[in-house]
Amino acid sequence: MNLTVNGKPASIAADDAISVSNLLETLQVAQREYVTVELNGDILDRDGFDAATVRDGDTVEFLYFMGGGSL
Amino acid sequence: MKLTEEQITRYSRHILLKEVGGKGQKKLLNGRVLVIGAGGLGSPIALYLAAAGVGTIGIADPDQVDISNLQRQVIHFTADVGKAKVLSAKEKMLAINPELNVVTYQSWVTAENIAAMVADYDFVIDGTDNFAAKFLINDACVLAGKPYSHGGILQFDGQTLTVVPGQSACYRCIFPEPPPKDAIPSCSQAGVIGVLPGVLGTLQATEAIKYLLGAGDLLTGRLLTYSALRMRFREIAVKKNANCPICGEHPSITYLKDELDAVTVCDLGH
Ligand SMILES: [Zn+2]
Repeated sequence: MNLTVNGKPASIAADDAISVSNLLETLQVAQREYVTVELNGDILDRDGFDAATVRDGDTVEFLYFMGGGSL
Repeated sequence: MKLTEEQITRYSRHILLKEVGGKGQKKLLNGRVLVIGAGGLGSPIALYLAAAGVGTIGIADPDQVDISNLQRQVIHFTADVGKAKVLSAKEKMLAINPELNVVTYQSWVTAENIAAMVADYDFVIDGTDNFAAKFLINDACVLAGKPYSHGGILQFDGQTLTVVPGQSACYRCIFPEPPPKDAIPSCSQAGVIGVLPGVLGTLQATEAIKYLLGAGDLLTGRLLTYSALRMRFREIAVKKNANCPICGEHPSITYLKDELDAVTVCDLGH
């Protein structure tokens, strides 16, 4: 199925749906324990990654902590 | 208040802009902005706000200037090594623009002191280096209904978001809780390209100036990310999160507390 991930087209080896947890694994997303996932514009609860389903045509954003500034 | 001849000359390039004019310049001169952090982000923020004639600028930072800061913290000079960053910053700001009121706070923000600090200002800018401060600034500004600019940098990447509490997504709408201690590398551990805070800090200062002027569209509801290596900006639309622990429908955070677990995320040494 085809998704838009961080603004770019991405092809995922799945038929029509995949859980967010599986998507994080499949894409080997960095900082999987801390990354924020936005699915079709909504921020997902971290404890809902197993239940949330990504479908063909969906838009996914991974948002990362960025802490520096002063040092 | 009437602009003096000298002010009309000093701010002439602002006054020429229809979005600013004499009226807007007076708004800036009457404006009050708090800059938390006098480091990489705080340097361009403080310099540009001073040059722009923002009349009262607060600047908070507990640290002294270290020689390893000078690669990017452009408000501090070699001769300032060892000096309190807030005093070094104040000297440069007043050298640019002697008519400003620069208020220094030589301390970190804490759950005890931040609410009183924030209350004195129209707009707050987060130029800090650690998640404890970033979450505390968000919480203090959301609880006080104070607009602020979030900024973060690491290596070649940066991100910024403007928060208008109650109206737009806050930092906790995106990141409900700080990452565990030492989970995310800091600039002192992972490095940062020196020009990066110049880009992000200048964007944050722009937001403060636009807010004071009431001009244009703020960076609300959009997380702006910048990659220096790819030389690419991206915007990610972010909505208010109904489950946000501070600005959601059933907030669990109703008073300020320090995120103790996150306090040492960024190595505050050098
Ligand atoms: Zn929120």
